[in-house]
Amino acid sequence: MTALPTRRDEAWRYSDLAAVERAWPLAPAATLAIGPGEHATRTIVQDGGNATAVDALDVTIAAGGSLTLHILAMGGDFGRVAVDVTLGDGARFDLGGVILGRGDAVREIVTTVRHAAPNATSRQVIRTVVDDRATGSYLGKVAVARHAQKSDAVQSIKALLLARGATANAKPELEIFADDVKCAHGATVGELDANALFYLASRGIAPAEAKALLTEAFITDALAGAPELAERAIAWLRA
Amino acid sequence: MLEITDLRADIDGKPILDGLTLTVGAGEVHAIMGPNGAGKSTLGYVLAGRAGYEVTGGSVTLGGVDLLALDAHERAAAGLFLGLQYPVEIPGVSNLTFLRTALNAQRRARGEAEASGAEFMRLARAEAEGFGLSLDMLKRPVNVGFSGGEKKRNEMVQMAVLGPRVAVLDETDSGLDIDALRVVADGINRGRSPARATLLITHYQRLLDYVVPDRVHVLVAGRIVRSGGPELARELEASGYALDQAA
Repeated sequence: MTALPTRRDEAWRYSDLAAVERAWPLAPAATLAIGPGEHATRTIVQDGGNATAVDALDVTIAAGGSLTLHILAMGGDFGRVAVDVTLGDGARFDLGGVILGRGDAVREIVTTVRHAAPNATSRQVIRTVVDDRATGSYLGKVAVARHAQKSDAVQSIKALLLARGATANAKPELEIFADDVKCAHGATVGELDANALFYLASRGIAPAEAKALLTEAFITDALAGAPELAERAIAWLRA
Repeated sequence: MLEITDLRADIDGKPILDGLTLTVGAGEVHAIMGPNGAGKSTLGYVLAGRAGYEVTGGSVTLGGVDLLALDAHERAAAGLFLGLQYPVEIPGVSNLTFLRTALNAQRRARGEAEASGAEFMRLARAEAEGFGLSLDMLKRPVNVGFSGGEKKRNEMVQMAVLGPRVAVLDETDSGLDIDALRVVADGINRGRSPARATLLITHYQRLLDYVVPDRVHVLVAGRIVRSGGPELARELEASGYALDQAA
């Protein structure tokens, strides 16, 4: 990226562009190449204080290879994790991402997953919890090339608003040129379930504890395979 | 143990409870029956302190404690248990976590020592088996994937573990097959003790074949219009509520 992004750049539409400008120029994206049949696990954690945090990662996964990536975005006034993944024949990409924000934080996960060859699978599970006036955004593009038959892509995006002033954006996007593919996405934005809160209260659990239990439960799907990150996320939620 | 006096409550400004008076003594089991819309479920929610129900008059005490002055979770610690007609599913929170958190929250609120992990597991396992639920089911998220009957059994397990002084069971018999009904009824009967008052809210007489109440009350339009012994339930089953509604 050579020029400062603007609001008109789709992948930056919810960013804190002033923060981006202050941090300009951004470091080039890190690269990761997963070889044929190779299986890898990576984590990206942003938990710095007030600094702007921008992480970019370009990944290629060769035939039959796989990457499991966990992202925990809970630091920086502006935090952005951008991941661009290109999948070979039969490759697999699993992403579990959690965005946590309070105060005036703006945090986002932006993904592009390219099913460039047939038979590849991608699974993206994103959970966002925002409080106060914070903004959490997920923009995820899945691009399926013309010859990439039997592609299988799923995006599950859920956001929880803990305060009326908080904002969550969810933007799954499909660009499909093949005709024999399975691509599914679901996106929900909501508040804590009042029925569940009452149920917990009726058994003696105080509101703060009930809220913590439900919020922790909300993010578990995304960090199921990363207990250490789950612990850090829970510590943040309870702070 | 439970004293309700001239209780009045609104939902969205609409009166639902209209001067309800009822006393359930320690060791007693009372049944409240009534037609749809009489205010049966509202009574349960008002006693438990659910948001959205506005108490406009009257009083409720549990062992002398003013329940209406307490928040929902404080009422539970004071000894109130509401068995829900439609138990809530909570994905991501296991039954064991839920129950242990609840038990220890109540104990802390009462100034008692918390249950150790081992003590809690013994209790949970014993009560789950008593109600025909496996420990494996208690490891699963609260009520997620449970059948209607399993959810009601789970309510009974919670009641048994939490050991309330006043149990209000809202349509606990609905949606149960005959085997589950027997299991739930046994549980209610086992819980009958001088230390507990039980209020069964029910639409049908069926449960009362297995749990014989000390008193039966008829709730119509937000107030008790008739009270009697266990024979009143049978009479209502035969004649319906038409007479009471016309009165």
